[in-house]
Amino acid sequence: MSYLTLSLTLIFVLIPLILSRTLKLGLEKDTLIATIRSIVQLLAVGYVLQYVFEVDNIIFIVLMILLMIGAATQNARKKGATIHGITWKLIVTFVFIEVLTQSILLGFQIVPPTPQYIIPISGMVIGNSMVLGILFLNRFTAEVESRQDETELILTLGGTPKQAIHTQLITSIKASTIPTIESQKTIGLVQLPGMMSGQIIAGADPVQAVQFQLLILFILLTTAVVTSIMLGFLSYPTLFNNRMQFLKLKS
Amino acid sequence: MNQAAIEFQHVNYSVDGLHILKNITGSFLEGKITTLVGPSGAGKSTLFKLCNGLRSPDSGEILIKGKPIEVYDPVELRRNVGIALQSATMVKGSVLENLELPLSLQGKEIDLEFARELLHDVGLADNILERNAKDLSGGQRQKLSIARTLVNKPKVLLLDEITSSLDRVSQHDIEELIEKINEKYGTTMIWITHNLDQALRIGHCTWVMMNGELIESGDSSLLMNPNDKRVQDFVKGEIE
Repeated sequence: MSYLTLSLTLIFVLIPLILSRTLKLGLEKDTLIATIRSIVQLLAVGYVLQYVFEVDNIIFIVLMILLMIGAATQNARKKGATIHGITWKLIVTFVFIEVLTQSILLGFQIVPPTPQYIIPISGMVIGNSMVLGILFLNRFTAEVESRQDETELILTLGGTPKQAIHTQLITSIKASTIPTIESQKTIGLVQLPGMMSGQIIAGADPVQAVQFQLLILFILLTTAVVTSIMLGFLSYPTLFNNRMQFLKLKS
Repeated sequence: MNQAAIEFQHVNYSVDGLHILKNITGSFLEGKITTLVGPSGAGKSTLFKLCNGLRSPDSGEILIKGKPIEVYDPVELRRNVGIALQSATMVKGSVLENLELPLSLQGKEIDLEFARELLHDVGLADNILERNAKDLSGGQRQKLSIARTLVNKPKVLLLDEITSSLDRVSQHDIEELIEKINEKYGTTMIWITHNLDQALRIGHCTWVMMNGELIESGDSSLLMNPNDKRVQDFVKGEIE
């Protein structure tokens, strides 16, 4: 795609701008900021990836992954700000997910150990883990807040902290993983996934594109479930002290 | 002379800088029914949470049967010092599941005969076992909450305004039940109530609390003839 053709895609930005202006929706500023940020960020990452692929050095791959983990942590921690030590809990979760998925992919030689594979897959894994983390933390903090009476009831009856928070934890894990599982049920019927569509548009064999998409889907399924469970089991103990007393969430 | 089941020594407790309990010193005697009265916000419910180990004091000491509360395992302590709260919170599920909760937390099941007996004791029909607990009326929930607390057969029972949403007949039934348990098993009872007649009728001893302080304590008859001017005003209904 030439830069001239690329610039024509801005028509798709003009349409919402005109609609916003006409209907006085007040979305012009945010639309412009989002457009400029996406152009700058994606072009920058494109050039960075080009350099990393050419150099093919493990240090740059690790640096890219660390950058992704840092950005994902920064973004997700706001949703769990009320939980003590949420930053390191998110870092541990993202690192674990990344190590787990790359160990399986590279260990079984499912994909070759090149930056062209490692970096995009890491981006999808960490990105998905971040979204799942946000969904989980959002639901978990709401559940803990709204069901304090139940938590204390179970403690008063001689339950342990794990028993006292069990329902809230399971509800939040289920709720955060439902979108991933449900979207997989209709994939190919309702929507063609972005990566697969991109490959087909770029001229790849559709069957091969589907194979890679399946790989990604299965990875994302693991990512979703492991992220929610890990964050849940890392987070709930901080809600209690060593006398098994329920502590309020940080305000 | 009766031994103290729970003893407070200069206990202070605050939340976010707000002093909830101030220098509480006194005892709840073993095997006795102590009624706890005082205006709203006096710190009575908070005192219960300290007895049950749900909160810890900022300073001072709480002794359970002469030993500092900290030496007890929190789970064991809470099974032996039961608490029935005014809110009568129910978990999702049937009446039976709620009644069984103290045992299911230990991986045990309740004996159905025992469950029916408990429901009967608190004045609930035993055919409601399969009903959804959240569909019960406020009064029924309060009765179920008392029955559930009794499942652990606690040595000390803390009752937080458990008859506040009951009609007169049900109140009378619960009072009889509490007296029966106290006599039969020697269970120490501490009962928060706003009903001074009830406090006088049921309690062997009474504590009067105001603004986080223990103002007066002793034989329940103190409510007939209090020494402290604030308690006199409270008994006359001049302090809500």
